[in-house]
Order: sequence, then structure tokens, then C-alpha cells
Amino acid sequence: MSLTLAAQDAAPQQTWLEKLGPGHIILAVALVLYPLVASDFFLTQIGGYSLIFGMLALSLMMLAGYGGMVSLAQITVAGIAAYAIAILGNNNSNVLGFGWPWWLAAPFAVLAAAVASALIGWISVRTEGIYTIMITLAIATATYYFAQQNYAIFNGHSGYAGIHAPSFWGVNWRDPKAFYYLCLGFAVLSYAAILYGARSTFGLTLQAIRDNPRRMRALGYDVTAHKVFAWFLAGIIAGLAGVLLVWFNGRVSPGTIGVDVAIDVLIIAVIGGLQHPIGPFLGALVVVLMQTFAIDIVGAERFNTLIGLVFLVIVFVSPDGILGLWGRIKPYLAQESLRSGP
Amino acid sequence: MSILDQPPSSSQLSSSSMAGGGMTRRQAWGLFWLLAAALVAWLVFAVWPDWLNAILISKKAFVSAILNGITLAGLYFLVASGFTLIFGLMRNVNLAHGSLYLLGAYIGYEVANRTGYWLLGVASGFIVLAAVGVVMQIFVFRRLEGDDLRQTLVSIGISIVAADLMLAVWAGGTYQIAVPEWLDGALTLPVITAVRSNGASVFLTYPLYRLVVLAAAIVIGVGLWLMLNKTRVGMMIRAGVDDRAMLSASGVNVHAVFAIVFAVGAGLAGFAGVVGGSALSVAPGEDVRYLLASLVVVIVGGMGSISGAAIGALLIGLAEQIGLVYFPTYGIVLTFVIMVVALAVRPRGIMGKAR
Repeated sequence: MSLTLAAQDAAPQQTWLEKLGPGHIILAVALVLYPLVASDFFLTQIGGYSLIFGMLALSLMMLAGYGGMVSLAQITVAGIAAYAIAILGNNNSNVLGFGWPWWLAAPFAVLAAAVASALIGWISVRTEGIYTIMITLAIATATYYFAQQNYAIFNGHSGYAGIHAPSFWGVNWRDPKAFYYLCLGFAVLSYAAILYGARSTFGLTLQAIRDNPRRMRALGYDVTAHKVFAWFLAGIIAGLAGVLLVWFNGRVSPGTIGVDVAIDVLIIAVIGGLQHPIGPFLGALVVVLMQTFAIDIVGAERFNTLIGLVFLVIVFVSPDGILGLWGRIKPYLAQESLRSGP
Repeated sequence: MSILDQPPSSSQLSSSSMAGGGMTRRQAWGLFWLLAAALVAWLVFAVWPDWLNAILISKKAFVSAILNGITLAGLYFLVASGFTLIFGLMRNVNLAHGSLYLLGAYIGYEVANRTGYWLLGVASGFIVLAAVGVVMQIFVFRRLEGDDLRQTLVSIGISIVAADLMLAVWAGGTYQIAVPEWLDGALTLPVITAVRSNGASVFLTYPLYRLVVLAAAIVIGVGLWLMLNKTRVGMMIRAGVDDRAMLSASGVNVHAVFAIVFAVGAGLAGFAGVVGGSALSVAPGEDVRYLLASLVVVIVGGMGSISGAAIGALLIGLAEQIGLVYFPTYGIVLTFVIMVVALAVRPRGIMGKAR
């Protein structure tokens, strides 16, 4: 008894630094030091934008990777948070705008998004597998058309403009550097939460449900409740991304939650890979870089064709995205020294 | 004899007493539908009293909304039947179905515009898109068979590229396919909308073309039903929906059946594109609209069922048009509520089967 205890004590003699692993530490240092070398454009348009869309794709990756539910409604959830910020806080569109301070409006917006996400989840978990993608796409499209037609709540086609990011502690959080660190902070927080949550009791249960819902039901787990709660958690991450997005753009309109954006989020998650939470951020960086610089390669008009084709190639060649590609190349590289002849 | 007669009469007694008010459940439903039909007939043909006009805006608005809804349902059915057929047989959620609709509309426009024959445009919309469907099935979806998530992702990729390329070729303008003269104009229906003060009745007029679209949808729906239920290919398709592996094992070339179904489904989308582009208009963004319509119709009606697609299309078409008249900016919510209620009551859709 004492022997096994001692052995158990001896094994996790790692410091938290070791547990983190060298990859994470290098990445963290690079991300923190990034503003020293990057221009304002690269800080916000590339850095901040990738982090925001990475978070959106992360919420999708959590549902798809651990829960087996591929959602196309993540941007809709983020859009609900963004609209909530515009409606509860200040905007200069002369519609609604209750003037709540940011520290009240932002948590409410995230909560609203999470509840909406749970509702979408509750509707879609009644069916399974490929049906989820159809139902969430229908919900995303319907919400988009609703936002476009409705003037009383969504202010129709033009949406809301003049939304300001908060200023406190003497910092205007819309400044490039401050905004980058704000995004980085929330992205790291969600990333760590997913990484930790995947090994928690709930995370393991969710993965077991993904693999065999019938067996889990037979074991006495409430499958529906677990799935809906996963949607709620994903809604929190997507809602945070939505709040950051509306602070970044200063405006929100039906175009923000359009079907093309919903599909972009899925593309980001698939290109990055759905096996590990780093995938969505990787995919977001690739897609944002492509969207920014494809204009120079194929002209401003046809960059959707390029993105679509890259997406098609990825789906055909490597179902697990860039991460899957890396997973296949890594063993090949490791054997390189053995392979080279005399 | 009297003893022999007794058992049936007693059983009749007991059965009728079990049903309560002397009516079986089936009879009750029959009575309900009869009353509903009578109410609809009265609403359509009678001259409305003032209080009803006050509630429902006007009889003209109401009957027009119903007719618009039914004709729109015809169009939705044409698009969604192909979608549901492909899904039912191949478990393939073809999210590029809206793009097929739009491509068919553009091709129909070009052909009808250049040759001057509208019917030629309709035919080419069907034939070209059927060919496109076969190509998609053979070169794309067959390679990913059995992996429905990847098939769906690929169809999303195709729809992005297709939308962008169509934008490159036809630009962002709105096109209207010209309807031939013999289909143009309005028809006076034997429905009195109001009575003038001098006693003359005002009859409802309705565009002839829309009624033709509805008739075409019904003919095609019946044709599909006959094909599925009375022909050999239809038998194979139905067998494939139920058990694909078994169909393959019994010596049928499953890939040929898949190609036929994909050709019919994509061709119907193209056909609907030309027909819908003549009634409404052709513009970028229509692909998403019709994809949403087919998704909701199929979710409500049940995947893989033609009759389900008809019921779903009728519900969604009516909801959309009635919503447009009575609560303009909340119309889409009505569609949405129908979908949620259908899913809550029957997760597989109204006519869907559990698998």
C-alpha cells in the first residue's frame, strides 16, 4: 500500500513548467513577444482576427471533436452576443441601445449566447450525425434572414454601428496592442479550458457519448443533458469571440452572421484539424492569411474560389486537416536518418 | 339461429361502447377533415362578412397568400424532392443543391435568351444539370462513399467554388427569364373577393404562369411516385433506401442506380431553377435561399421521402407567404417554429422512418 503510494508520488514529480511542455512555452513566448515585431495591421487584422476566428472554430472543434456534433451555427451564437452588446450597450444607430456599462453588458451578452447555443443544441441533439449539420445550417440561415428583415430588434439590413470597446485601467482596449493582448488572453483561456476539460470527468463522458451513445445511455448517463451542456460551454467560447468581434469591428450587421461566414468557421476548423484544440487556431491563421493575401495572387474577385479549392484539397487529401498532415509527415521525418543509405 | 347471431352483435356493442360516443377514432378524424375542408371551401368561395375582412385584412389578400403559398410550395417541392431522393438513397447531404438550382436558372436564361424558345431553356436546364449531377457523383462522391461527413464538407466546398465562378460569369445582376406569351397573363378564377355597391361581383385574377408551375410540380410529383413505385428502377431505388448492401449483394449495379438518382435529383434542381427563375428572378444568393428551403422542407417532411417532401413544401410555402402578408418582418420565425415543432414531435420528420 505504502509502496504504491510512494510510486504514485514519485511519478508526477514534474513541475508545472514540465507539464506544459516545450512546445507550449515556445508558442506562448512567441505570441507574447509578437507585438514587438508586428505592425498595427499585422497585430489586429492578422493576429487579433485569427485569434477571434480561432476561438469560434475552437467552439466548433469542441463540439465536433469531442461531441461528434458538427455545427454550422457557431457564428450565429457569436452574432447573438455581438447584437446583445449593441442592444444593451451604446450604439449610434438610434435603435434601442440601453446604455449598460460594458462590465454588465459583456457578461450578459456571453450568457445570452450560451443560452441560445444550448437551445440550438437542444433542438439539434434530438437527431444525430449528419442531421446536426443540416439543422444547424437551417438555423444559421434562418437567423441571417431574420436579422436582415427585422427592424425592431436587429435594425434590419444596416445593423448597428458605433459600438465602442471599453476603456478602463487607463487603457483603451481597441488600441492595436491592447486589443491583441485582450484577444490573446481570452484565446489562451479558452484553449486551456478545452485542454483541461477534455480530460475532466465531463470531457471524458462526452467523448464516450460520441463513441457510443447507446452504451452510455444503458450505463445510466443522461446523453441529451451532457450534449446540451457541451453546447452551452461551446456557446460561452463562441459568445466571448462574438463580444471581441463586435468590439473589434465597432459594428454588427446581418453580413457578420451570414451563411458564408458560418461556412468559413467550418472551413477554418476542418483545415486546421479537429483532433486537437490547437488546430482551429492554426486553421484560422492559414485562412486569414489567405483571405488577406490571396488578393495579390488571384485578384480581389476570385479569392473565394481559391479558398474553396484549398478546402476541397484538404478534405480529399487529409481528413484531419493540417494537424493530420503533420501527424503523417512526423513519423516519416523520424525515419529519415534510418532511410538514408551510405 | 338467434344463438349464432348473438356473438357478433354483442361484440359490436362492446366495441362501440369502448369507442365512447359511438364513433371510432378513424371516423372522428374523417369528420374533422371533412369539417376542415368545408371551412376552407367556405373561406374560398363565400363572400366574407365584414368582421372576417377586418381580421384577415381582406379576402383578396388572404386567398392570394394561400395561392402564392401553394404555388411556391410546388417550386420548393421540385427543388427538395431531388435533395431528399439523393439523401435517402446515398446518405449524402448535398449542400451544393442550391448551387445546382442557380446554375440551372442561369443556363435556362442563356438558352431561352439566345434561341428564343422558353421550352428549350427548360429542357436544357434539366439535361445539363443532370449531366453535372452524374459527373459530381462519379468523380467526387463515389470516392468518398460511406463517409458522410466528408461528402458534406466536399459539397460545401463545391458550393463555394460554384457560387464564386457563377458570380464571375454572370456578375451580380438580376436576370428574369422571359415567359412565352401563351403562359403569360392572368386568369380570372371563379372566386368572388368582394361585391361592389352596384351588385357586381369582383372576381379574383391570378397569374396563369404560377398555376402552370403548380401543375408541373404536381405532374412531376405523380411521375416520381409512379417511377418509384411502378418501375424496375424505382424498385431498386426503394430497395437501396432500405438496405443498400443487400441490394448490391443481390446483383444490382448500385453505382448505376446512384448515378440515375443523382441525375434525376440534380436535373430536377436545374428544372426548378429555370421554372423558378421565370416566375421570380435569378440572382446571386438565390442558391442559399433554395438550399435553406430544401433543408427545412426535408427536415420537416422527413429525409428520403417524396410524400414527406410534398407535405413539407406545402407547410413551408404556405407559412412563408402567409407570414409575408400578416407579420411581414417575423415571417421567417414562422418557418422556424414549424421546423422546431416538427423536430420536437417527430425527430425524423413527418414521414421519416427510424433507421
